[in-house]
Amino acid sequence: MVIIGAGECGGRAALTLRDLGFEGPVTLVGDEPHLPYERPPLSKEAMTSEAPFIKAIASDELLAERSIRHIHSLRVVAIDRVAHIVSLSDGSSLAYDKLLLATGSVPRKLPMPGLGGRCVYLRTFNDALAIRAHLSAGNRVAIIGGGFIGLELAASARKLGAAVTVIEAQPRILMRGVPAEIAEIIHKAHEAESVRVLTGQGIASIADDGAEVRITLADGQQVVADLAVIGIGAVPVTTLAAEAGLAIDNGIAVDGHLRTEDPDIFAAGDCCSFPLAIYGGRRVRLEAWRNAQEQGALAARNMLGADEAHAAVPWFWSDQYGLTLQIAGLSDEGKSIVRRDLDDGAFILFHLAEDGRLVAASGIGPGNAVARDIRLAEMLIAKRARPAPEALGSQAVKLKSLLAA
Amino acid sequence: MSDWVEACAAEDIDEEDVMRFDHAGRTYAIYRSPDDEYFATDGLCSHEKVHLADGLVMDDIIECPKHNGRFNYKTGDARGAPVCVNLKTYPVKVDAGKVLIQLG
Repeated sequence: MVIIGAGECGGRAALTLRDLGFEGPVTLVGDEPHLPYERPPLSKEAMTSEAPFIKAIASDELLAERSIRHIHSLRVVAIDRVAHIVSLSDGSSLAYDKLLLATGSVPRKLPMPGLGGRCVYLRTFNDALAIRAHLSAGNRVAIIGGGFIGLELAASARKLGAAVTVIEAQPRILMRGVPAEIAEIIHKAHEAESVRVLTGQGIASIADDGAEVRITLADGQQVVADLAVIGIGAVPVTTLAAEAGLAIDNGIAVDGHLRTEDPDIFAAGDCCSFPLAIYGGRRVRLEAWRNAQEQGALAARNMLGADEAHAAVPWFWSDQYGLTLQIAGLSDEGKSIVRRDLDDGAFILFHLAEDGRLVAASGIGPGNAVARDIRLAEMLIAKRARPAPEALGSQAVKLKSLLAA
Repeated sequence: MSDWVEACAAEDIDEEDVMRFDHAGRTYAIYRSPDDEYFATDGLCSHEKVHLADGLVMDDIIECPKHNGRFNYKTGDARGAPVCVNLKTYPVKVDAGKVLIQLG
């Protein structure tokens, strides 16, 4: 078994192969120098903790104990599907019976001239280290893109005392996948922490002289910063798959079992698009920690012949300041919204389809105030439940009771 | 070291639910199972130090509110990714409507 990509997805797949009792060779190939690690802390704890740390998914000892060969700092440059061999960037090669592509995604590049050494992206631990070096008190940080990575970084930078400006081209932050009512709460939280949030602002030009970045906005306004972090989304890493002749459709195209059209090649995590059964087979690509983990494990089971379809409801979270946002399901599937207020200002928006089916739930509140109800909502979504809107809207009705119905 | 500490009233916790209990600088989670028994574990998830009492109890499982790590709260056993370190459990008894937990 060969796994390309040693992130959350690939790492989890390797461990799952062993959990299931597979005894043949398992090789995990990653282009970073580190052990497989969790990326969510990179925009948060890795910035604000006293010393930067890697949250490894598996230690060297565990990898050795489970007989997982981890090849680091090397890229796979080609897949020979006929010979069942992958070639590595150092000229070596590996034979496979089953291959998993867990190549992840990379930051979308800002297609503009003028970017230099003070314009950076965040994806890897090394990226995080480079950004961290600039987040000290008194420094000016410009965040280009009001998405999760940018906003979490903005919160971390404020915690460290940097002056932060967020520039978003869309009319509001978090346009993709987050209801306006919740984005508004997050917007206000940033303003309350003295972050300058500029929405509906295109960028006319960028000048980076290596010491300072001068960003000119479409309206002529200028933002000057010691560091500009660009967080405008991610693109799936598909080159290897495309060169091997596999179908690409907003990611490496797989079926509900995470199989490509080659029966011996699977893909999972950020790099793949797959049909979501609960939304009538709608093809999606998810960039989320839990999806990477679940699909890594599912791919491993199917590589061993489980023949199991992906059934999980999409879910993700974001932490900014003391607030946590959690969203289960795809909110754009909803036609109407029911609001449920919880304690401490927390609330959940339930998204209902035309036929009354619960298709998503978006919650925000201090700490983990919405976690339990979002988890229950996720189970209701998975059951394709049609809960009464009055019950969803009333805090007096326990969601757990709706699950039993 | 074998002192029984009063954590809460038995009726404070619903069936199949959990409550946080802080004592002497430490935090615990007290559970009431669907079959009306009480249990106690350390209060923080072994993965990222999150309060388990904000999580969901289903049968004999507590699920961490942050990353869905699962533990059997009766035994403390970790039940799969991302958690791999078991939770410490504590003896519990109910006496005169009070839930007592044995610490130390």
